Amino acid sequence: MTGADTAQVVLRLDRITKRFGALTANDAVSLSLHRGEVVALLGENGAGKTTLMNILFGQYTADEGQVMVMGRALPPGNPRAALEAGVGMVHQHFTLADNLTVLENVTLGTEPLWRWRSDRAAARDKIAKLSADFHLAVDPDARVGSLTVGERQRVEILKALYREARILILDEPTAVLTPQETDDLFATLREAVAKGLSIVFISHKLHEVMDIAHRVVILRHGKVVAEMDTANTDRHALAAAMVGSDVSAPRVAPGTAGAPLLQLHAVTTADRGSAPGLKSLNLALRAGQITGLAGVSGNGQAALADLIAGLGAPASGRLDLGGAEMAQWSPRAAVEHGIARIPEDRHKTGTIADFSLTENAILESYHKPPMSRAGWMSWPRAEAETQAIIKGYDIRCPGPDTRIRLLSGGNMQKLILGRVLEANPRIILANQPVRGLDIGAVNYVHEQLLKARDRGAAVLLISEDLDEIMALSDVIHVMSEGRLSPEFARGTMTPAELGVWMAGHGFDAGLAHAS
Amino acid sequence: MDILDILLSASFWAAAIRIASPLIFATLGELICERAGVLNLGIEGIMVAGAFAGWMAVYSGLGLWPGVAVAMVVGMGFGAVHSLLTVPFGLSQHVVGLGVTLLATSSTYYAYRLALPEVTSPPKITAFQPWEIPLLSDIPLIGPAFFSQTPLTYLAFLLVGVVSLVLYRTPLGLALRAAGENPAAVAAQGLSVTGLRMGAVIVGSGLMAMGGAFLTMSAFDSFFFEMVNGRGWICIALVVFGAWKPGKALLGAVLFAAFDALQIRVQQTPLGADIPYQIFLMTPYVLSILALIVMSRRAEVPAALMVAFNKGER
Amino acid sequence: MGLMRGWHMRLEPIANPSLARSTLPPVLAIAATVIVASLLAMLAGADPFAVLGLILKGAAGSKFAVLETLNRATPLIFTGLAVAVAFRARLWNIGAEAQLYAGALMTVVLGTGALPWSATALLPTLVLVSMLAGAAVLLVPALLKVRFGVDEVVTTLLFNFIFLLFISLLLEGPLKDPMGMGWPKSERLIAEARLPRIVEGLRLHWGFALALISAALVWVIQRRTTLGYEMRAVGLNREAARFAGIPVNAVLIKTALLSGGLAALAGFSEVAGVKGSLTLDLSPGFGYTGIIVAMLALLNPLGVIAAALFVAGIFVGADSMSRAVGVPTYLADIMLATALLLMVLAILLTRFRVVRE
Repeated sequence: MTGADTAQVVLRLDRITKRFGALTANDAVSLSLHRGEVVALLGENGAGKTTLMNILFGQYTADEGQVMVMGRALPPGNPRAALEAGVGMVHQHFTLADNLTVLENVTLGTEPLWRWRSDRAAARDKIAKLSADFHLAVDPDARVGSLTVGERQRVEILKALYREARILILDEPTAVLTPQETDDLFATLREAVAKGLSIVFISHKLHEVMDIAHRVVILRHGKVVAEMDTANTDRHALAAAMVGSDVSAPRVAPGTAGAPLLQLHAVTTADRGSAPGLKSLNLALRAGQITGLAGVSGNGQAALADLIAGLGAPASGRLDLGGAEMAQWSPRAAVEHGIARIPEDRHKTGTIADFSLTENAILESYHKPPMSRAGWMSWPRAEAETQAIIKGYDIRCPGPDTRIRLLSGGNMQKLILGRVLEANPRIILANQPVRGLDIGAVNYVHEQLLKARDRGAAVLLISEDLDEIMALSDVIHVMSEGRLSPEFARGTMTPAELGVWMAGHGFDAGLAHAS
Repeated sequence: MDILDILLSASFWAAAIRIASPLIFATLGELICERAGVLNLGIEGIMVAGAFAGWMAVYSGLGLWPGVAVAMVVGMGFGAVHSLLTVPFGLSQHVVGLGVTLLATSSTYYAYRLALPEVTSPPKITAFQPWEIPLLSDIPLIGPAFFSQTPLTYLAFLLVGVVSLVLYRTPLGLALRAAGENPAAVAAQGLSVTGLRMGAVIVGSGLMAMGGAFLTMSAFDSFFFEMVNGRGWICIALVVFGAWKPGKALLGAVLFAAFDALQIRVQQTPLGADIPYQIFLMTPYVLSILALIVMSRRAEVPAALMVAFNKGER
Repeated sequence: MGLMRGWHMRLEPIANPSLARSTLPPVLAIAATVIVASLLAMLAGADPFAVLGLILKGAAGSKFAVLETLNRATPLIFTGLAVAVAFRARLWNIGAEAQLYAGALMTVVLGTGALPWSATALLPTLVLVSMLAGAAVLLVPALLKVRFGVDEVVTTLLFNFIFLLFISLLLEGPLKDPMGMGWPKSERLIAEARLPRIVEGLRLHWGFALALISAALVWVIQRRTTLGYEMRAVGLNREAARFAGIPVNAVLIKTALLSGGLAALAGFSEVAGVKGSLTLDLSPGFGYTGIIVAMLALLNPLGVIAAALFVAGIFVGADSMSRAVGVPTYLADIMLATALLLMVLAILLTRFRVVRE
């Protein structure tokens, strides 16, 4: 953007350093943002982006350095100060209360607490005006819990605008959006910039950064490693700077499809709150194939994952394994039938934080020989097994007695991989298997999935990251509102075409086509 | 006497309102705590402490209203202990709550023994007297039932309105409810979840203590051990029954008290004489459990109830 | 507004706590409890050192005192185990009091002559039937929790009141001792139903030994069996346990049965070992005190023995101190409540440090 150099600097981070014990999360990071500018903060998971923003927002106190907004230093560790100085943040995980209305969520904290009455009429008017100005249509009296993810994000942006934010910070805002919703968001952001707002856009998606940002600041291991104008660079250079070496997309050889190992016939499950259930779903997972499931989160992926994991049963329809219908369906039945399950949330469902590695490693096998006999645990056997997993999967830990909460996300995921893959499963359910992992761990997990596929396993890969789906999958389905698209073979669809399906278009035609 | 006769008598409804009053105070107190996300199992002990503190203050020469204030302050003190442990430190609300109940109860009994070492039966005070509201108390049936109560009862009903108003119409109430639904949303606005939750527990505990004080200063005129007798636990059930809403909780408390008043009267009928009195005494507890079962499938529970929040914990 | 600013503190986990970090907070908690007790003793006009000394002496200063403490600890070991087992699976059994009375009830129903058997046949039967009764009492709240999602804290609490009234009803009706002169009291147990003394001449009955054996068995169950593994998994992370295939509801029910059974043994042991009959004041709150015992023991079944001895010692010591200098015995309850609250805080501080921001 020409003229940005001369424009007013609205935000300046000056040599911010933050340490957590031995880890230096931010190492003398400096950044400046001008009026009417979009700066992208690019970096891998764990590069220090979120820590930096938490410092700016007063959630953490920096060990060194300071934050200047509109030329004035912010007092450290005071979230209110950043808000009052005109900084608004849209967190990656929305900070909305589901049981409150849009109006209540937006006005929360905007009035002095000790007042006898909230001025709702004024608030309503202001929200209506902002909605119109920034193309943020949303019903102020709707319960937030009943809104779609895209609408919730609009509420978050409204919240910031309602507080007259001059600087917007968006943390991975597109992670939960369809490509079309992303376009809408970008339209809103361009509107905001035109009105003189400034934006920090945190992301690891290169094409979006190239699309919306004027300038890119790249963080790696807590340090600023590069800063460039998008006009003078390209995606390849950004990627190289981000990961520290020249990278090319991994080339994955296609798998050889075999017999269907798991089939769903017209399976329907009940809706759960705002999350849709499955709507007459047909799906076949074939041996030697990775089936990718694309879709915006909250469109029934959880229902499908739960079904295959044994947590739910079909309300109607049939679940067949190896051609036989499953009557008694439970997590244990799923495991016994050779389904390896990598859950979406390794902290909450995949592991028990205060259990040791050994105790976590046997969670699915403790109830039968050799781990136990007639109700008696065989701990030496369990520990030997765990040692084998630690070695085989290169888990960095002090030993099998270590509580798993002390491990990094990558090592935790490796233990889960070891637990479920040791038994040579025929079917693998991998639900967001690399979320939040660093690039080394991501590659490791992907290699393991490909290895299992080449061994003849049927893999279902569920991911919100379309790039991941397209890189690994032999066939792709898209899910929207509990419905499943037809099967698309590798390389037959562009991201934009998949995006149309992700937005919920084409399903009726697709069903007609399938029948 | 026929059941219908009982239900149509003013004295029955007057008794029901009287029985409901301490429950209303304490239920409101618990409701405020839970709306902010904290289960306060200290309620039973705090009611005992409030009952003693208010009564003792009056016995030592203070006026009735200052006595109520003393009870409230004592309750807030125990609330401060509870909230300090459960909110910034995020300790188990179950364990701390039961610990506070034990601490409040035993401190009260200790204080009682120290203050009145020699007495065999506790002394009486001049309690709050019924206060007939002009005009309204002249209405047949309704007047003697609802408008010839003690001032504390009127205060209890008034507080239902005040708490409703604060919760639903003020910025503070919004922040409080948000703290019980999604504390991260509150913190993101620069408000202190710790401050809001601690404040709610402290104020709520003050109300619980007033519920206790009602027993010694309005319903009776003396303090007995065991006088709270599980009322605190019943109030926790009433909060669930009232779906965490002050108006519905009030309704629940009155309904519950009506059942209680009814069983006392049925006991005195020829039919009641054949049934062991323990059966009647069981009814409040059984009713509470039934209410919990009936309400169990409803989803109004604050989403962050019993979820500790510490903004920096990683 | 100052309140709403809040103080900026957060808890930071400590990966490898030092020795001082893991021992100092609990020691300080005990010290603070002693200081609180001293202040309260001074408030009562007594010399705090004398009061503490008398408590110590009354708890362990003589053979009689030690035996008294062991006797008092016996029911607390049972209720402490009951709570420890339940809390470990995050089943909040606050109803040990009711389960205790269920055990006592079955002991007098079958032990007052209904089963004219020898002691070797009768006593094991009473143990078994008592446990079944206690288990049944906790089964109801557990089923309500599992089937309807009704919070067991409130139901078990309310059950205590209901069950005690039920006992009162029985003691004034079918179970009433005709020779009791109108007092609500059951008939006395037959001699074969009484727990003998461990050593002749020493006032300590076999209930104490049974308690120690129970603690050891619970430890074995928790550490060495699949059920124990399941209970711990369910307690630490229900969602992960369910995902892994552990039958969470079945585990909760089994936990409830074990917990209720253990609490009932406290009732059996008090009736068969000490009182010989059932009255409404059989338990001065052993069920509730079991919660303190279990928490002080950090839910460790072997720790329950030590915690029960500590708690019993304070009670017995405070009784004897109170007789000597007239400081109310409720001092013991205050000490225990204080110890409980400070101990849970201290345990937290062994694992986290408070960081001011």
